[in-house]
Amino acid sequence: MTATQLQPFLEMRGIVKRFPGVLALNGVDLTVYAGEVHVLLGENGAGKSTLIKILSGVFPPDSGTILFQGRPVTIRNPHDAQLLGVSTIYQELNLVPDMTVAENIFLGREPMLLRRFGLVDHKLLVRQARELLASLNLQIDPQAVVKRLGIAQQQMVEIAKALSLNSRLIVMDEPTAVLTAHEIDQLFSAIAELKQRGVAIVYISHRLDEVKTLGDRATVLRDGTWVDTVRVADTSIDQLIRMMVGRDLMEKFPKIQVALGDEVLRVEQLSRKGVLHDISFHLRRGEILGIAGLVGAGRTEMARAIFGADPFDAGQVLMHGQPVDIKSPAHAIHKGIALVPEDRKRHGILAHLSIKHNITLSALGAFSRGGFINRQQEHTHAQDYAASMRIAAPDIERWVHYLSGGNQQKVVIAKWLSSQADIFLFDEPTRGIDVAAKVEVYQLMNELLKRGSAIIMISSELPEILGMSDRILVMRGGRICGEFLRAEATEENILDRALRGAPDNQSAMETNVTNGDMT
Amino acid sequence: MSNAPAGDIATQPAAATHSHRFVVMLRRLPWGRIGMPLVLIAMAVFFGTINPNFWSVTNLTNVSRQISVLALISIGQTFAILSAGIDLSVGSLLALVSVACAQGMLEFGLVGGIVVGVLAGCLAGLVNGILIAKARIPAFIATLGMLVAARGLALTLSGGLPIAGLPHEFLFIGAGYLGPFPVPSVIAAVAFVVAYVLLSRTRFGRYVYAMGSNEEAAVLSGINVVKYKIMVYVVSGLFAGIAGVVLTSRVISGQPTLGEVQELYSIAAVVIGGGKITGGVGGIGRTLMGVLVLGMLSNGLNLIQVSSYVQNIVVGAIIIIAVYIDLARERRR
Ligand SMILES: Nc1ncnc2c1ncn2[C@@H]1O[C@H](COP(=O)(O)OP(=O)(O)OP(=O)(O)O)[C@@H](O)[C@H]1O
Ligand SMILES: [Mg+2]
Repeated sequence: MTATQLQPFLEMRGIVKRFPGVLALNGVDLTVYAGEVHVLLGENGAGKSTLIKILSGVFPPDSGTILFQGRPVTIRNPHDAQLLGVSTIYQELNLVPDMTVAENIFLGREPMLLRRFGLVDHKLLVRQARELLASLNLQIDPQAVVKRLGIAQQQMVEIAKALSLNSRLIVMDEPTAVLTAHEIDQLFSAIAELKQRGVAIVYISHRLDEVKTLGDRATVLRDGTWVDTVRVADTSIDQLIRMMVGRDLMEKFPKIQVALGDEVLRVEQLSRKGVLHDISFHLRRGEILGIAGLVGAGRTEMARAIFGADPFDAGQVLMHGQPVDIKSPAHAIHKGIALVPEDRKRHGILAHLSIKHNITLSALGAFSRGGFINRQQEHTHAQDYAASMRIAAPDIERWVHYLSGGNQQKVVIAKWLSSQADIFLFDEPTRGIDVAAKVEVYQLMNELLKRGSAIIMISSELPEILGMSDRILVMRGGRICGEFLRAEATEENILDRALRGAPDNQSAMETNVTNGDMT
Repeated sequence: MSNAPAGDIATQPAAATHSHRFVVMLRRLPWGRIGMPLVLIAMAVFFGTINPNFWSVTNLTNVSRQISVLALISIGQTFAILSAGIDLSVGSLLALVSVACAQGMLEFGLVGGIVVGVLAGCLAGLVNGILIAKARIPAFIATLGMLVAARGLALTLSGGLPIAGLPHEFLFIGAGYLGPFPVPSVIAAVAFVVAYVLLSRTRFGRYVYAMGSNEEAAVLSGINVVKYKIMVYVVSGLFAGIAGVVLTSRVISGQPTLGEVQELYSIAAVVIGGGKITGGVGGIGRTLMGVLVLGMLSNGLNLIQVSSYVQNIVVGAIIIIAVYIDLARERRR
């Protein structure tokens, strides 16, 4: 490693990038050596994604220089970047939804049968993809259509694709935001393997614990300026936070205890063939019910079924003791249920609507009369929520498309907070949000509890589940296989249930899951 | 309009040489908002210089009357395209409405005929909407079917012949004046205002943008997408109905052959104005710009005696250039 230390693989110097109304990067430096994992840290909107988009040729810098192994280069487009050996896994996934996994991995580089006639060797394509996925220990069918995969699996396909390019520098923009512990392990061992081969990794994440386990050095950005580059081993998490946020964070999980009220929601034996099996639980006012489990455990599907977004075959939902038959999301919202969806790009944001119009979309009824929107009221309302979520944007008329990923997530949350609901289904609510903003989201949850709401929080981040829930359900294979009170829950016992299922009938469960039938 | 990209506003001054500063300043201008009006002014100056008649009140009055039918169907088209759909049937609907209006008028009198005409447009729009929103047939296909079928229905109802003998007073709608303004122009102007209010001030309008921007997210936000999609095509049919009545009055007969390829010009008007063909972006003001460009172009080219064959080439080129400029602007961001 010392030999390569002498000459950096990549140097970016004095990078400046201005967007209309925003100075996204103001003279940022980044130096990356071969075989190191270099972490980029910063709050939402600090400029991390912008920096790596410049590196990968999405757009040019306004000024600044880029050197590869000491040689100045101009990266005009993503193809240039690929030629330099840079491949990027973007924050927002970029797969072709209607193509198969194998086709996506080798898009544009398909093995040819008869090159002259442009015939793809389909068998070879599938075989190569299968080998690649197997080498990463991924149980993904190379012939599955991408849009049928869950978001975490899609993410792993992206990673497989980047690895297959034989790149010398791989940029990963929040790769673990959608992954659970198990997949993160797979990813980390893949990264360790890459380091061995001398590949440089630029890694962006808001999960500071993984920064500690994975990172060699870290560069911290704040409001588009370079703050410091440090050795991760010599720096504590609190120090990193202070560099990012500019102050100390008092409490990471500001949990409050609210006296629990009546039961507001009860789900009885909710089932959907092959997806959900006999889901039963209840939820009380003032309570946060955390739902843990691996990706694919059926947590999102359960939330969507309750919200009326997907149908179910059997079982019923009761609100305030009365059976309800929720037929559509519109109906659910009318009944006072809100769902903050997991897949921000597909289900959350309306990219070409302004921040304001996104925030008020589900609440328009509250400030319109006879179909006409009271624009004054609407503006004030949106302004208030944008401010309380501290959405970083010059003004709320801006398209959500132009916001950083974390700020887009804040817009989605603001939309649902403003929708007058009193039962909230949060599906991975803090995905992609920086440490300080997470605390703000938790505080908002506290506010909701105080005003008598009830919350179901699906999360793949165990610390968050443990830190904020009053009660925790663990799901596996479409079933609830464990329930813990706040006091008795630990990472170990939750993970154990998530991986192995309920203790009493484990073997029975195994067969059922593999047969895919219901009891 | 209400959805024009915000943030085109110039902010920080650049520290650099004078010429650089000028270039930067130019780049920072809100081109999205002033680009089209500038093109219009440039065109007007160009045509006016070659043929001063262009500027005469008679000519401008004429232009406004000539574009009113295109304006009306383009308004409907704006709703369809904004919602990430399209309405290919509006041209044929002009013929169907015309025949329905004329036959209705012979049967029920002046007002009755107008009502029948407009209702025929709405009804066809309703059918489009149900096919698209309920049966989930892609808008392109559903309205393509309607394009063919509505023309066939118009020909069947009329036996392929013009329907004459309409009351003389009916001429007022197509050829009359309100003060100095031609009636069709007044109708189109009112329609623009109504559509503008609908799109920018009502929930319906907001939901049209929302469906066009991200339909799945719109559904999850509690929007009754089926209902509002149907409304979109009824609105488009309504404006085609009004346009059809105006056109029938101008030719003072029911004509089953009216309106051929007009649907394509209405789509052109929307995209020239800067509406995104995939939905979610655009607005009634932008469509107005597109209509004015097309109208002024054909009038101006006529005045400077460019043959109609060549005019088609120019219009085709303009459509492509307008969309290209829009894309290039987006890419630069
Ligand atoms: N295409 C764009 N047009 C206009 N502004 C943009 C564009 N892309 C990014 N910005 C702005 O630049 C700033 C930096 O954004 P960037 O996406 O780099 O943040 P980030 O550090 O990746 O944040 P996050 O952690 O939320 O992903 C933000 O204020 C954002 O709104
Ligand atoms: Mg980012």
